[in-house]
Amino acid sequence: MDASNLKRMSAQINVDDFLPASEEEKEYMVKMRPSTTAFKDGIRRLKKNKIAMISFWIIVIITLSAIFVPMFWPYKYEAMLGMTPGKPVDSSFKNLKPFEYSSTEQALISEGGKVFPHIFGTDANGRDYFIRVVYGTRISLAVGFFASIIVLVIGLTIGAISGYAGGKVDMIIMRIVDIIYSLPDMLMVILLAASMKVTLAQKLEGTVLAKIGTNIISLFIIFALLYWVSMARLVRGQILSLREQEYVLAAQAAGAKGGWVIRKHLLPNCISVIVISTALQIPSAIFTESYLSFLGLGVNAPMPSLGSLASDALNGINSYPFRLVIPAIVISLIVLSLNLFGDGLRDAFDPKLNG
Amino acid sequence: MNPKTLKYILKRLVLAVFTVWVVITVTFFVMHAVPGGPFVGEKAVSPAVQKAMEAKYGLDKPLFTQYTTYLTDVIQLRFGPSLKQRGRMVIDIIGDGLKTSARLGIIAACFALVIGVVLGSVAALRRNTFLDRLIMVLTTAFVSMPSFIMGSLMLVLFSVRLHWLPANGTTAAGLIMPVVALMLSPMSYITRLTRSSMLDVLGQDYIRTAKAKGVSHWKIIFGHALKNSLIPVITYFGPMLAYIVTGSLVVEQIFAVPGIGRAFVSSITNRDYTLIMGTTIVLATFIVIMNLVSDILYKVVDPRINLE
Repeated sequence: MDASNLKRMSAQINVDDFLPASEEEKEYMVKMRPSTTAFKDGIRRLKKNKIAMISFWIIVIITLSAIFVPMFWPYKYEAMLGMTPGKPVDSSFKNLKPFEYSSTEQALISEGGKVFPHIFGTDANGRDYFIRVVYGTRISLAVGFFASIIVLVIGLTIGAISGYAGGKVDMIIMRIVDIIYSLPDMLMVILLAASMKVTLAQKLEGTVLAKIGTNIISLFIIFALLYWVSMARLVRGQILSLREQEYVLAAQAAGAKGGWVIRKHLLPNCISVIVISTALQIPSAIFTESYLSFLGLGVNAPMPSLGSLASDALNGINSYPFRLVIPAIVISLIVLSLNLFGDGLRDAFDPKLNG
Repeated sequence: MNPKTLKYILKRLVLAVFTVWVVITVTFFVMHAVPGGPFVGEKAVSPAVQKAMEAKYGLDKPLFTQYTTYLTDVIQLRFGPSLKQRGRMVIDIIGDGLKTSARLGIIAACFALVIGVVLGSVAALRRNTFLDRLIMVLTTAFVSMPSFIMGSLMLVLFSVRLHWLPANGTTAAGLIMPVVALMLSPMSYITRLTRSSMLDVLGQDYIRTAKAKGVSHWKIIFGHALKNSLIPVITYFGPMLAYIVTGSLVVEQIFAVPGIGRAFVSSITNRDYTLIMGTTIVLATFIVIMNLVSDILYKVVDPRINLE
């Protein structure tokens, strides 16, 4: 070995490198992400999804205006303008085009009075069309929302019982689910709606429920009877896979009862899947409602729903096509935004699909 | 065919028969719950005539006997006479309507399939281009648009405003709008289905192998990729026909197409109960059978699918 090689092997140690790190240096090295929950994480992902957020704001705006606009709007959805008791009918109120005024209103304006404009005109009975569309939206949204809640409650209960109990109970429930699932839902819905309209009307007469209208109630009954099956299937599948987890065994070993395990361990763990499919249930319920209303099996007159408005408009389609276009656009907008938002929710909150 | 597949088919067959039975039973009892029963005319009749009518149609017998009679009648496609269209049998009305509706439905289904598959494949092969985005935006909008909304909007635009197409669906040109209204949503769904499954298939090893072997571009697309990516589309076959059937109920109403859907809707407004029962049972059976066919086909075509 020559001298140059020896020299290369010797190590020069800088003592300063071995000093303990100062506080600032420590801070610099540690990169902590603020602690987050699965929920916050999902919200963050959802906020990044532009389409879902736009849909969300569209839904919020439509819902808020459906709730609040009727409160201060000067016209009522069932009020036939120009029909004052004791006076001759003022037919100039009927079939107004958007922003037109009836002759009485014209007279009032020329005298300097103020008249609230009929933004979408009036219908064949002289009812302000804008407020009818808003009210119809309110009905459609409410039906969609409550129908989904009904589906959620029934599907969740039956699915949870079936998945947790297993064995014979599970088998019987699942056979029933299979049959209801393969029933052609729309045809059954039409059949039930058509017959219940008559049956229920007699039973409900005089009760509070009669006010809501037989058709809406039969709609809810139909949803309760037919649409819970996919929710029950979903919940059952989730619970079957969660049931095998160790923490469930641990809870059972500690003496937890069935109801407790379902409520405290199984349901919270499949909550995201349940919320997502409930969110996607709303547009399908709105679709069903508007479809039935379109066939004349929906809400009772004079109450409007988007479907019945569209169906009424078909009669005067040659002269007043906008009366069809407006509710049609509103339905499409609601269903589309709800679907897109539901898809966004699924992408954000279902970790299994994030791969 | 292996015994497992056979067992699956048998199981599904039993379920389908059971479902049809449930449909018939539900229809029977729902209609019986309607006050006055199915055989109530619009005019008030004397008690003697009412009695005679009930005896004629067997309504005086116990409920269970009526039910079994009805069941055997339905199996032989005897749905009885229409209540509102004097002198016509329900089965004849359904048969007449079915000719028009079947033509409408088959055209719509074929167009939805062909255009959907083509658009989906194009979108997948031109992924992330402007064309792909355009197709996806349009199909997203169409897929959640109810057919009756689509139909009404088209009626306003093409018939009322532009006068391009007749509003009446009895002529050949008049069938264009009903067909488009019925097919747009299924077509969009098929497009999205084909696109995602095509993208999935294009990433598979056997496509790379084929490329490495020097197989031509088009042969890969038609011989390997398209064939395999069509398998999921088969599952949508049943639901699509169900959608078209229910959609045609309202679309036929909008465009005045003299089909089974229009007969059904007018039977509801007229309270023509025998016709409601007959149409429901016929259409429901059709949907159940189509779902069965599509599910079985799916399992048979793709041997990888687990039959449990």
